[in-house]
Amino acid sequence: MSVARNLLAILRGDSDADRTVPPTGFTARLTLFSAAAMSFLAVFALALSLATGRLADRWSSELARSATVRISAPAGQEEAQVRAAVRVLETTPGVASFRVLDMAEQRALLEPWFGPDLPLDSLPIPQMIEVIEDASGYDAGGLRLRLQAEAPGAVLDDHTRWRRPLVRAADRLRMLGIVSILLIVATTAAMITLAANAALAANAQVIRVLRLVGARDVYIARAFVRRFTLRALSGATVGTVFAMLAVALLPSAAQEGGFLTGLGFQGAHWLWALCIPLLVAFVAFWATRLAALSTLKELN
Amino acid sequence: MIELKDVSYSYGGGELLSSISLTLAPGSFHFLTGPSGAGKTTLLKLCYGDLHPTAGRISLFDEDVRAMDRDAIARLRRRVGVVHQDCQFLDHLTLAENIALPLTVSGRDVASQQANLADLLGWIGMSEQTGSLPPQLSGGERQRAALARAVIMDPDVIVADEPTGNVDWEMSLRLLTLLVELNKMGKTVLIATHDLNLIRSAKAQVAARVLRIRNRQIQLAGADL
Repeated sequence: MSVARNLLAILRGDSDADRTVPPTGFTARLTLFSAAAMSFLAVFALALSLATGRLADRWSSELARSATVRISAPAGQEEAQVRAAVRVLETTPGVASFRVLDMAEQRALLEPWFGPDLPLDSLPIPQMIEVIEDASGYDAGGLRLRLQAEAPGAVLDDHTRWRRPLVRAADRLRMLGIVSILLIVATTAAMITLAANAALAANAQVIRVLRLVGARDVYIARAFVRRFTLRALSGATVGTVFAMLAVALLPSAAQEGGFLTGLGFQGAHWLWALCIPLLVAFVAFWATRLAALSTLKELN
Repeated sequence: MIELKDVSYSYGGGELLSSISLTLAPGSFHFLTGPSGAGKTTLLKLCYGDLHPTAGRISLFDEDVRAMDRDAIARLRRRVGVVHQDCQFLDHLTLAENIALPLTVSGRDVASQQANLADLLGWIGMSEQTGSLPPQLSGGERQRAALARAVIMDPDVIVADEPTGNVDWEMSLRLLTLLVELNKMGKTVLIATHDLNLIRSAKAQVAARVLRIRNRQIQLAGADL
């Protein structure tokens, strides 16, 4: 309640309280700069966590629902084994659909690794069948046994082998991003506390005079709090805008890099970035207020 | 109004004031005198809540000073105007803004008090300097400005610590006249000074009582002054 009232008072402004503390030039610019730099970093940390979060979600959901049956059989038997595998898949509960990839598709898959002019015909390329499971899923172990019996050359790959470490890595990256944001916020609080303490020390005479003429601690604190909160807010806004521009101008890798795509913000995530200046202002408000009130309490 | 009962105050090791009892009645005029370092400033600070006694009880406007928090002390300062020997101002604000500062910090509407402020500036004879910054003022002007600042909230008590310490005799008399006028308006006045001539001049104008600190005790000085 009192927090809301204080924040409102800050926004409304109290030019009298503001004028009682003399203006400062250099330290004000340092606070502005620190808030801007920290917000810039925070935007990138946020972009990183949001993007890796997205990546982890996609990998775990998309890849989890698809699997591949790979059939490598001696020449001549291949077609028979594919037919056998198809029959097995048709009768497997939990398989929503499957599709035998044609040569052109298989060539497209291999192209990034071997180049466009690969003479596929002359190479023993295994036949791929893409399997999509339904919501209930299928029993991978049972399917493997049945495939082994019907089509000995068929291997079921449900992607878990390489999906899990990727998702783990993405989750870890997201956590690192969140830890970075927390560290940035804590550092901002520390820097603003130091700046506020310096300002309070530099204005010791002003504070003595104000106390002598009957100013309450809250009144004196407010003059400093308002100043630092507004400085932090404007610095952070500038830093955030620059960082958002930098993120928006990141080269897109959507076409070429498939799963590396989008280390930026998407849709509503842009709004999260806009929260950073508010967060910095909130941190500045409390850091300055606590610093000012504890400094004032220590006086006489 | 201001009441001290068996009050002692010690700094670190030694006792500076011991078992002092004193009552300042409304409308009284007191001088506090004694040698340098006798504890005049300390006694004044006890009277406006800047220091807490190490023993004994002080009540300011019927409130025990020990029970007062920092906000209560701040409110007390609006009823007790204080003038120091080395009066300090906010050097980036004009004289008028400095004198109006107690109104500003207590949230009063300064604009509605402009007439008061002008009267006050005329009373201290500084109507011409309203826009000056404190560093541009002379010692005597600073003392008068501090006095104006101390009375703008219409306090009940004025406490002045060596108000004439930095000014010449003529200015001392002028300040004294202002303080006597305030007393005649019903304000309680307490002045610490070592200037016996000032006390003698005051006695001609007002029924002033003289308190002397000697051997950590307070005595009512006799007719020898």
